[in-house]
Amino acid sequence: MTAGKTRRAGAQVAERIAFALIWTSALATLAVLAFIVLYILDLGLPHVSWRFLTSAPEEMGREGGILPTIIGTIVLTLGAVAIAAPLGIGAAVFLTEYTWESPVTRAIRFGAEALAGVPSIIFGLFGFIFFVTYLKMGWSILSGSLTLAIMILPTIIRTAEEAIRTVPNPYRDVSFGLGATRWQMVTSVVLPNALPGIITGIILAIGRSVGETAAVIFTAGTALNMPTSLVSPLRTMAVHFYILAIEGISLEKAYATGAILIITTLTVNVLANWLIVRAVRRHRRKS
Amino acid sequence: MEALRERLIGRALLVVACSVILALAIITYFIFQAGLPIIVRLGLDDFLFNTRWQPAEEGGSFGIGAMVLGSLWVTLGALVVGVPLGLAVAVFSAELAPEWLSTLIRPAIQLLAGIPSVIYGFVGLMVLVPWVRTHLGGPGLSVLTAAIVLGIMILPNIISISEDSLRAVPAAYREGALALGATRWQTIWGVLIPAARSGIGASVILGMGRALGETMAVIMMIGNSLQVPRSLLDPATTVTSNIGLEMAYASGEHREALFATGVVLFAFIMVLNLAANAFSRRRLQA
Amino acid sequence: MEPMRPGKINTPALTPGPGRLARRRSALIGGALALLFLGALAGCSRGGNSTATQITVAGSTSVTPFAEQLAEEFMRQHRGQQVNIQGIGSSAGIQATQPGAADIGMSSRALQTDELAELEPIVIALDALAVIVHPDNPVENLTLEQVRRVFAGEIANWRELGGPDAPITLVNREAGSGTRGAFEELVMGKGGPPLSYRAIRQGSNGSVRAVVEGDPVAIGYISLGVVSPQVRALRIDGVEASAANVSAGRYKLVRPFLFVTRRGGTPGPLATAYLEYVLGEEGQRSLAQAGLVPAPRKETRWKR
Repeated sequence: MTAGKTRRAGAQVAERIAFALIWTSALATLAVLAFIVLYILDLGLPHVSWRFLTSAPEEMGREGGILPTIIGTIVLTLGAVAIAAPLGIGAAVFLTEYTWESPVTRAIRFGAEALAGVPSIIFGLFGFIFFVTYLKMGWSILSGSLTLAIMILPTIIRTAEEAIRTVPNPYRDVSFGLGATRWQMVTSVVLPNALPGIITGIILAIGRSVGETAAVIFTAGTALNMPTSLVSPLRTMAVHFYILAIEGISLEKAYATGAILIITTLTVNVLANWLIVRAVRRHRRKS
Repeated sequence: MEALRERLIGRALLVVACSVILALAIITYFIFQAGLPIIVRLGLDDFLFNTRWQPAEEGGSFGIGAMVLGSLWVTLGALVVGVPLGLAVAVFSAELAPEWLSTLIRPAIQLLAGIPSVIYGFVGLMVLVPWVRTHLGGPGLSVLTAAIVLGIMILPNIISISEDSLRAVPAAYREGALALGATRWQTIWGVLIPAARSGIGASVILGMGRALGETMAVIMMIGNSLQVPRSLLDPATTVTSNIGLEMAYASGEHREALFATGVVLFAFIMVLNLAANAFSRRRLQA
Repeated sequence: MEPMRPGKINTPALTPGPGRLARRRSALIGGALALLFLGALAGCSRGGNSTATQITVAGSTSVTPFAEQLAEEFMRQHRGQQVNIQGIGSSAGIQATQPGAADIGMSSRALQTDELAELEPIVIALDALAVIVHPDNPVENLTLEQVRRVFAGEIANWRELGGPDAPITLVNREAGSGTRGAFEELVMGKGGPPLSYRAIRQGSNGSVRAVVEGDPVAIGYISLGVVSPQVRALRIDGVEASAANVSAGRYKLVRPFLFVTRRGGTPGPLATAYLEYVLGEEGQRSLAQAGLVPAPRKETRWKR
């Protein structure tokens, strides 16, 4: 029996060590996250002011603010979402409501998964050669938005599909029972109920667009001007941050821009989370 | 009339859904069309394994061997950092953490995933590069620096999928092991992790894809030297960082060669995708 | 690259005819059409736009900061007009100017013969290449030969140059960069040793400077105009890198900054106005203030 006891004791020591390591890892990960966020905010926020947000950069960004890059980010992101959201939601509706498992749906799912794994530099190369060069859109809002749209499409499809699947089947049956066509059922029952989930996906996609650099720099360009038309080149906040940082133009402005980027990311995440929580609660109440 | 409308809507939605396939097809076509000719001209083995990259000279040399090695080193390093750490956090969140902490970790990890990669690169450049330079030697811009930061960047991929698959292990497994007198750790290590291994495998592959594909953060931290790295403290170049660095300047054959580099990356990522897919299919069947 | 014809867009496949197309095929065609349509839209609006109120000036990242500064001043005087500066590298800028994707190209290297057939170079200023080190580095002067051997990787320790016993961190530019091209020509020479492949590579003057600022044993080369107090320019063969020494012809590492336009055809009113501004008294004065050397009059072949 003593041998069993020592083995048991050994196992408990091993468990202690393992758990200590796991606790350390988890806390270290949270600490790294906190460090990155606080580091940027700490060094950046003191240089953020109302003027910084609302004035144009001067001397390549060494002086002045980042207004055109904020506008650029918003415009580019809205453009991407405007293109990708209808496509993505449409695809999700098709996959969930209009078909059954078949080689076609498998191909579509595979396509979405593969697209989700493509590195952003490849999107940049593609956007450059296809939209910028081949379709002659130049470095422009259009090229950038289209490229980003393809990039965020898988996210929107996946989240929309998941959201639609959580709509309870009896809802559909009731709708059909009232004589609705499939499309009426989708628009009046499925989509409204799946909306929080769908919006969450869109918000995540917005987050990805806002933070993207590699795909944007080759398709939307780096011009620091206020964009005036769909074919204007522009510079997003993330690209501006990259250029400020790597070219050593102004560390102050780089930190400040980084702080705005981090705050945007935080906001986007909190918003998405809040929506998820709300959707889950609603779902629980209903079923 | 109504039936016709419904059918049209169905068709339209099919078209929309196929936009994904279309996008993938166009991307594949255009990347290959721009990059494949030069690979064919040079021969794949010369392009892949030659380590001399002198693209702008007359009769230039286009060998991406050094970059391929750089990418492998950096990706491997990122996995060495990211996999144990990520797995630990996943186990922590799924098994050990008190409920409130566990519900805090999920959004925190999501935030980690949402931070733009240029921010990671910048923090690496400002904090880790000088630290490595003063404490470990070399210029600081190095394989090690890039690998550590990439290891952190892939944590969200590894944590979220591993945690999901740990949570998906049937409760009976856990209860059975504990009832047989196993400690909690023995249960986790001997039962839960093996049971979740296909999900964990998929998460590692996805993390690998992310590390391999990252560009801007790597450009900022790795030094972009064309040598074959001989130590972790040497600067090096990855496949992606070279594209990002040189694309803007390239013309003619040089540009073709960069697209060819993109072809290699794209092909590799697709193989990884298929592998991850196979893993998760096994998970579904299991 | 095959330029796309607008005619290709009018593929007569949009009609949802009764003959059932295969499901997948119709999907592909539909998607392709949508994309092509967007492309055509963009193509049209671009053509109408670029002559009127905005122009694109694209090319050398070395010229970019100066062109951007001049564009800011220019736009302050010409409200409602937009000069977009794109730092995409000399070669790409030259290429973009040929088909008209850019109205003006920027280059920090001389044009090659085949490029000269289609493009007109205009010298806007002279720039010196400064070889820079960390301010704490005790080495102050190198011969051109020493610089060459350092960048070829033959001299790898500061001790050999009269400095401390420390390995040299080489910072180079990437292939295709005009600055690198000029450095190869002026320092390494034709038939000289190649630049060391072990060097760190950075994508712009600024990032080379940033690395040298941070690394006490680094050496790099950048545009004289962007040398900051956080780095120190070395004397080459005893001559200090300064605007005065450049215009006097004493400092040898000098290259032209070029604007490039298409031959045969005027660049359009806004582009012309911007060019005139840059070459005019005001533009040249602000270039001089930014640390460049004004273009020698006889070399500016710009005719009004």
